[in-house]
Amino acid sequence: MEKYSALGLLKHSLSNHENWPRLWHNPTPKKKYDIIIVGGGGHGLATAYYLAKNHGITNVAVLEKGWLGGGNTARNTTIVRSNYLWDESARLYEHALKLWEGLSQDLNYNVMFSQRGVYHLCHTLQDIRDNERLVSANRLNGIDNEMIDAEQLQREIPLLDCSRNTRFPVLGASVQRRAGNARHDAVAWGYARAAAALGVDLIQQCEVVDMVIENGAITGVKTRQHGVIKADRVGCVAAGNSGVLAKMAGFELPVESHPLQALVSEPIKPVLDTVVMSNHVHGYMSQSDKGDLVIGAGIDSWVGYGQRGSYSIIEHTIQAIVEMFPAVSRVRMNRQWGGIVDTCPDACPIITATPVRNLFFNCGWGTGGFKATPGSGHVFAETLALGKAAPLAEPFSMFRFHSGALIDEHGAAAVAH
Amino acid sequence: MLHIFCPHCGEYREEEEFRCKGQAHIARPLDPEACSDEEWGHFMFFRQNTRGQHRELWVHSTGCRKHFNVIRNTVTYEIEKVYLVGTKPETEGAAS
Ligand SMILES: Cc1cc2nc3c(=O)[nH]c(=O)nc-3n(C[C@H](O)[C@H](O)[C@H](O)COP(=O)(O)OP(=O)(O)OC[C@H]3O[C@@H](n4cnc5c(N)ncnc54)[C@H](O)[C@@H]3O)c2cc1C
Ligand SMILES: [Zn+2]
Repeated sequence: MEKYSALGLLKHSLSNHENWPRLWHNPTPKKKYDIIIVGGGGHGLATAYYLAKNHGITNVAVLEKGWLGGGNTARNTTIVRSNYLWDESARLYEHALKLWEGLSQDLNYNVMFSQRGVYHLCHTLQDIRDNERLVSANRLNGIDNEMIDAEQLQREIPLLDCSRNTRFPVLGASVQRRAGNARHDAVAWGYARAAAALGVDLIQQCEVVDMVIENGAITGVKTRQHGVIKADRVGCVAAGNSGVLAKMAGFELPVESHPLQALVSEPIKPVLDTVVMSNHVHGYMSQSDKGDLVIGAGIDSWVGYGQRGSYSIIEHTIQAIVEMFPAVSRVRMNRQWGGIVDTCPDACPIITATPVRNLFFNCGWGTGGFKATPGSGHVFAETLALGKAAPLAEPFSMFRFHSGALIDEHGAAAVAH
Repeated sequence: MLHIFCPHCGEYREEEEFRCKGQAHIARPLDPEACSDEEWGHFMFFRQNTRGQHRELWVHSTGCRKHFNVIRNTVTYEIEKVYLVGTKPETEGAAS
């Protein structure tokens, strides 16, 4: 792997940037691996990277049915934050945020992590109480978060309508200043490049269609393109398609897959240098470096695998955005798309052993797993290396839905993000 | 946008008038007290999450407010059948 540096940039400019090496190769799969990871999104690629880097396990393959990072990793609105309410989730997301803070250096790849802050607006007395509780819980866990009033909010975000003339006047907000955005594609590519450099095989266009299970233990996976590939352990990180993989292994998961949509406007001059979300009117917005406004919608209520949702959801979202930012009401929307998110009843992920020995799942991140990418990969790599849940992952077992030890982030999880 | 036939009203209406209530035909255990944690957890939270023909429960929430069942393909979103609660027509491919 060629190390990226200012000097390298200069060197390659002499040959008109025509000789940059490929980021990774496309190997033919071996017959057997120590560990197979199903799903080449950010989470799967991060898992492979940390398996190689932290645990010295490099006989690893990532099997991806499409192209690397083409799932939800490429479709999300890139909000990164760690201000979750409960101890278990706060620890997990804060672990991820700490990794984000050094990620570009670690991967030698610019993931454009920008700590521009994320605001949760409060429109009612109950919102204020909920956010004060959240801020206090976060601080007890050593996570930055603070309350500000409407006056200060208006000074910090001139575009936001904090007047009393709105239908749902803004009373204040909580703001996590270490939160922000990152470049989603760069995260997938950076992890892929670094994992490949450590010896991981990245196999694209390789769809897993069945699991090979003998005496209650997994011994390999059957793929559409390359037949059976054997492995000692298998980790599934397939987001919206997790339920389909679980069915192949003969069990159900407490997740359902729903379409989640987002849209971007035509590029405009810089107007918003942070991320604003409102649980109450149900919408959120940021502005990308290209200048387009990035707007997130909610999920459709029905199960869907089609990577597209209903128009009414977008309409509702735009109503919320115009309520918050009347100044953008005549900006035109450029593109709109959907991803399939695997939502869990308690709005927390599932990182777990399964009824099948040596088969592990990392899913249920639903509408908000991009922010967790480094942390998710880190703890899932540890889980796969140990053959049992890593300490940070322990509370997130699928069996919490039997014991009742749910981690109910619904209130604190706000809108889809 | 789905276009849904309400069997109670006898006409097609737009999706916004309806609400999807998830997987159909989930029977509440007859004797909840006798359930193990696993059985109860399974009833409460685990779902088929079918990719393909899916039986699901809908309610015409801003119309007649009555429930009915739908078989819908979760990939193409095509609605294949609408039927009344208490019935369960056979179709090829649909999971139970
Ligand atoms: C519109 C939208 C907005 C979002 N906004 C945010 C946000 O602002 N902040 C945030 O934190 N999160 C957000 N999310 C959620 C976030 O995108 C996901 O939680 C996260 O990207 C999941 O990463 P992943 O690597 O697990 O999934 P993916 O990137 O979806 O990767 C899973 C991969 O598995 C592959 N796969 C599936 N089945 C098979 C098979 N049988 N064989 C081989 N490969 C298979 C898929 O092709 C896919 O590439 C958003 C999601 C959407 C859709
Ligand atoms: Zn009706």
